[in-house]
Amino acid sequence: MSDIIIHPEVKRSLNLRWLLQMAWRDSRRNRGKLALFISSIVLGIAALVAINSFSDNLKTDIDKQAKSLIGADLVVMSNKELDADMQKLIDSLAIGGQRSDEVRFASMVYFPSSQGTRLVQVRALEGGFPYYGAIESEPANASRTFRQGGLKALVDHTLLLQFNAKPGDSIKVGDLTFEIVGALNKIPGQTAITATIAPAVYIPRQYLDSTKLLQKGSRISYYFYYKLAPGTDADALVKKLEPRLEEAGFGYDTVNSRKESTGEAYADLANFLALVGFVALLLGCVGVASAVHVYIREKLSTIGVLRCLGVSGKQAFLIYLFQVMAMGLIGSVVGAVIGSLIQLYLPQLFQSFLPVEVTVAVSWLAILQGIAIGLAISVLFALLPLLSIRDVSPLITLRGSVEHLTSQKDPVRWAVYTLILAFIFVFAYFQLGTWLRALSFTAGVIVAFVVLALIARGMMWAVRRFFPVSWGYVWRQSLANLYRPNNQTLLLTVSIGLGTALIATLFLMQRLLLSEVAISGSKNQPNLVLFDIQSAQKEQVANMVRQQGMPVLQLVPVVTMRMEEMNGLTAADVRRDTTLGIPDWAFTREYRVTYRDTLIDSEKTAAGTWTGTVTDPDKPVPISLEEKYAERLKVELGDTMIFNVQGAIVPTVVQHLREVEWNRVQTNFLVLFPKGVLEEAPQFHVLMTHTATDVQSAGFQRALVQRFPNISAIDLGLILQTLDDILSKISFVIRFMALFSISTGLLVLIGSVNISKFQRVQESVLLRTLGASRRQILSINAFEYLLLGALAAGTGILLSVAASWALAVFSFEVDFVPDFAPLLPVFLGITALTVAIGMLNSRGILNRPPLEVLRREAA
Amino acid sequence: MSTILDIQNLSKTYNSGDRHLTVLQGINFSLQAGDTCSIVGPSGSGKTTLLGLCAGLDRASTGSVILNGVQLDNLSEDERAQVRNQYVGFIFQNFQLIPTLTALENVMVPLELRGERNVQRQARELLERVGLAARHDHYPTQLSGGEQQRVSLARAFSNRPTILFADEPTGNLDEETGERVEKLLFDLNQEAGTTLVLVTHDLELAEKTQRIIRIKGGTLVSDTGETESISLRKEEQ
Repeated sequence: MSDIIIHPEVKRSLNLRWLLQMAWRDSRRNRGKLALFISSIVLGIAALVAINSFSDNLKTDIDKQAKSLIGADLVVMSNKELDADMQKLIDSLAIGGQRSDEVRFASMVYFPSSQGTRLVQVRALEGGFPYYGAIESEPANASRTFRQGGLKALVDHTLLLQFNAKPGDSIKVGDLTFEIVGALNKIPGQTAITATIAPAVYIPRQYLDSTKLLQKGSRISYYFYYKLAPGTDADALVKKLEPRLEEAGFGYDTVNSRKESTGEAYADLANFLALVGFVALLLGCVGVASAVHVYIREKLSTIGVLRCLGVSGKQAFLIYLFQVMAMGLIGSVVGAVIGSLIQLYLPQLFQSFLPVEVTVAVSWLAILQGIAIGLAISVLFALLPLLSIRDVSPLITLRGSVEHLTSQKDPVRWAVYTLILAFIFVFAYFQLGTWLRALSFTAGVIVAFVVLALIARGMMWAVRRFFPVSWGYVWRQSLANLYRPNNQTLLLTVSIGLGTALIATLFLMQRLLLSEVAISGSKNQPNLVLFDIQSAQKEQVANMVRQQGMPVLQLVPVVTMRMEEMNGLTAADVRRDTTLGIPDWAFTREYRVTYRDTLIDSEKTAAGTWTGTVTDPDKPVPISLEEKYAERLKVELGDTMIFNVQGAIVPTVVQHLREVEWNRVQTNFLVLFPKGVLEEAPQFHVLMTHTATDVQSAGFQRALVQRFPNISAIDLGLILQTLDDILSKISFVIRFMALFSISTGLLVLIGSVNISKFQRVQESVLLRTLGASRRQILSINAFEYLLLGALAAGTGILLSVAASWALAVFSFEVDFVPDFAPLLPVFLGITALTVAIGMLNSRGILNRPPLEVLRREAA
Repeated sequence: MSTILDIQNLSKTYNSGDRHLTVLQGINFSLQAGDTCSIVGPSGSGKTTLLGLCAGLDRASTGSVILNGVQLDNLSEDERAQVRNQYVGFIFQNFQLIPTLTALENVMVPLELRGERNVQRQARELLERVGLAARHDHYPTQLSGGEQQRVSLARAFSNRPTILFADEPTGNLDEETGERVEKLLFDLNQEAGTTLVLVTHDLELAEKTQRIIRIKGGTLVSDTGETESISLRKEEQ
């Protein structure tokens, strides 16, 4: 600048105070409008603060109640019986402390009073477990009395409800009948969901053998709970023993390891839900950008006057930036308060999934985070329209309009776009933990926004291009409103569409996962699976099934074994050389293997040939592997594997790979042996049948348990019911979070309708002055909202179908056979809601005589 | 006498793709301190464009505008804003008061921008001078058109401008109110010794200024009163 500036001090003296004062003064008459955009971010912040507060409290509570998560200082578990060596080790750990033993397995139980049967998890316990926390029961002392002598059992309370049994009644477990001494409410560290999947029945360990349920080949787990000698560091102890435990295929858990794994599991859930909340916030920010855009457009003449009076572009920009910051701050604070209130309800919402009692406390960290995020993201989005202030020409005071405000080439604008994406990416990274996931989330958000925006623009273009000139006036006017200047088509399609997409995806996925199981349960498909059938019982059980008029769909032998070597590599080699990329579990897991000479209809040859019988007993046994399993183990045709079949070493060679349809209710196997090898090995059998009705199923199971107590039955109907129950609980939580997005979408809708009210008032008044009836104007508005709502909901649903397809194929690896039934109510509901809100906001326009409105607007 | 406004060979062309629209061409004139001048012409003749260029609201395509010795053509928009704040006052046809500020606050803005002290007292005095002391806390929508234009006058004189630009100052007012505003405008102008540039359709109003510049089709067709204005100044000297 040249030497003409008379008051160089002016620039300096135009301090922050004056800009803040102007921002304050200018906002006084506009607070209603500004409140509109506050409302769009409130719910997003509320969702984030609620989830993060809850997550903080949960973390604190897991820390506080860590010991009661496992009920002991150390737990060692195994799926096989102890050999002499391990017995010594297990005994030595208890020196100076206490030990409690538990044997767990699945078995049928029988309630004589109701004659009901069900597959449960039997836990035979002895010792003082739990050493921390308590097995909660009703009456409270039942958790102790059941193991103080006599045939007494503690039974899961849901089982008692299901079979209308009560303490004092009997329960038959194997050959023994126990007196039910109490209802089991909670086991340390166990969630309600786990109890739903496998309800537990505790019996005293001393009677386990007499039940005669433990048979060769049964899947049994052994748990050893320790209260260590005072001063013993459990973590240091297991670190020392780790190689021995791992070699023996034993697992272990200390208070710290359980705390860590529990914390991680719940952090994952909380992070996922926080992302759902963040989507609501992003949606709200679209509303903010739109509201600020309209707000600034209305402020152009004021900005022009200020520019005439000597305010620089930067100063004018700052005045409105301060207003937006203040509103963003207020919105975030209000959101944080609401979020803190919502979190009071969350422990109830998550009740079924929580292993600990969650206390409710204000989390200042979550509140501060929420406010900072809300402020930053709302300002970033508002910057897009705010930037145009810098270019407002003072000429606007003389001309009343300007040609264009900002260029899309403006580098600052691109910097803001980059900042927004960076913010989303960084936020997602902190919630998801990996760059790849954060990138996928950011890309997903961009794709969703871009698709919705493109569809909205495409529709505006199509309506304009193929305008139905022959239609009646009302319809033409409604259609024209979709692309007129200052239309809300883009904004509403994006905001409502995104909310709809979230909800519809949830519905689709829930139905899809359920149908995966339900399809298998249809006619001619097995719906009752009997397992643990001993060889001697095989024919009798098959006859019993046939006598009941039920088909024997499959009867297959199962032999359990472990892998000793693979291409000369042992478990120790694989652990030592992690570059091999072979998972540990390949050696530690127990394999259930069958043998037959042909493939069944759920199997297809992927590579090699299946001979089915052993021709040369001196050569390694030619076996077949499931192709994905072989891929994970990096095994190819011709590779060798050595199995330990309950003490007998069996060398094999991979001769065949199979593709298996896992989602069919069949006995499917990773490893298939040919006939002529395993016939004499200890084995049990699995039988599959189909019962026509629940009554037939219950009657059969009752008879089966009484005659063969060691045989377990899995009722597919019960599994479906359990799965439905679990999915409902999960989807309720997710839907609760998605509700924030939908509500935000509605708030944005209300906001958009309101900010366009001025324009609509003018149009309606003009139309009414020209003779349009109230009904015609009402129809024009209603049809416009109908089109907008239908377009937004329809697009959202299309997105949800695409998202569900991606989830089904890539994440859940199931066939995508969507059930579109719930989508129609979603579509109709969202469309109706859009019309209702639009009309509710327009009612003021119609209820006034034209003259009054004209005068009011002119004033 | 110093030259307050010096316009040399001023042109303004708008470009839209391949099309070029010249709205002003080859305008030359200058104004001395204390001069009063009207720019008249039919609608679309370019008089408002000329006012905008003279006041530094827009940039000329060719030629130069020197305002109080400052050549505006090379200044950025923000630098021109500072020049406006220090030397220029504005009166608009549609008043252009900031609707969210009270009458008093509207008058205070130019003073606050200059970083002056006792801003409120000065603004109150000006409002008193235009007869609106009692309405100082009213918002523009609570004032009549005439009252709004009086607030606008108070604001225009608040920063003691060297030059005042008025675009159809009575164009939106009824005759009686218009006359009162006119009188106030000329009285204040005389008291402050400000150079006044008026754009108007109203020839009666134009004739109240010493000099009338006629614009037609973007060119200056006559500059009546220039001689009288100069001779008048000579007599005064």
